[in-house]
Amino acid sequence: MSQQLIKDVTQDYLRKDIPEFRPGDTVVVSIKIKEGNRERIQVFEGLCIKRQNGGVGETYTVRKISYGVGVEKTFLVNSPVVDKIEVKRRGKVRRAHLGYIRGLSAKASRIKEKR
Amino acid sequence: MAKGILGRKVGMTQVFDEFGKMIPVTVISVEPNVVLQKKTIETDGYSAVQLGFMDKRANLVKKPMTGHFAKSGTTPKRYIKEIRLSGMEEYEVGQEVDCNIFTAGDYVDVTGTSKGKGYQGNIKRHNQKTGFKTHGSKYHRGVGSMGIIAPNHIRKGKNMPGRMGHETVTIQNLVVVRTDREKNVLLIRGNVPGPNRSLVIVRNAIKK
Repeated sequence: MSQQLIKDVTQDYLRKDIPEFRPGDTVVVSIKIKEGNRERIQVFEGLCIKRQNGGVGETYTVRKISYGVGVEKTFLVNSPVVDKIEVKRRGKVRRAHLGYIRGLSAKASRIKEKR
Repeated sequence: MAKGILGRKVGMTQVFDEFGKMIPVTVISVEPNVVLQKKTIETDGYSAVQLGFMDKRANLVKKPMTGHFAKSGTTPKRYIKEIRLSGMEEYEVGQEVDCNIFTAGDYVDVTGTSKGKGYQGNIKRHNQKTGFKTHGSKYHRGVGSMGIIAPNHIRKGKNMPGRMGHETVTIQNLVVVRTDREKNVLLIRGNVPGPNRSLVIVRNAIKK
């Protein structure tokens, strides 16, 4: 009963416009950034390597190679700061957490597309 | 105006604030309370409002209490507590008190009974420091010195092991994040004393 009430309370904070995506997918995350009075949108594109937790606090981590350096960013799935998420490519993977990809070279870390 | 309400701690979760930041909140279920009695200085020597919270079966109630509940015209209540704050004169016996007495942004004090920790040593109970674990140390987690030798007895108030927790604890100046009359829920920023499902008293902050 009590867990149900917590679910009900956080229901209003869940976003319904987020597309379904899984680890292995290549996603484009548009983040709203406030600078003084104006707002601009920054794009972060990369491979989703994991999704963690559930409910309102669910997060996902996106990894990309920027100027030869691996960069990872973790976002909240239901965050109002994220403008939109776009799924560019569905990957075929057999893990829920793709931590192994960090140690691989660019060639070895390629992921086959799901058909 | 002074205000207070009895509620039940449901558990913690997170919500987003207006800046899109995630904040931790405690969910408190506050089914409407009923004013059972008003105590005044003339009749009782002090002024307070007695609130009843959560229904219970009529066969669990003793006869004198049945009469007490009948006076305010309500069903028997499981929890009965007095709220002693100045300026609570406008409450009437039989009146319902719901979560709408608070609005988002209000400062509140929350009282509850802390989680029982059982029999604990001085390290956990009184924040005493531990001795070295190695380097030939023979003093690890003990109580240590019992005090000076001169009085030939242990001074009163010496910190010692014993039962810890299960005390009445008040956390002051917590912020109300949201109230929901439909679900009868108060969301309070941060944590609140006690285990889930325990009784908590939410009052307006006395220091704000």
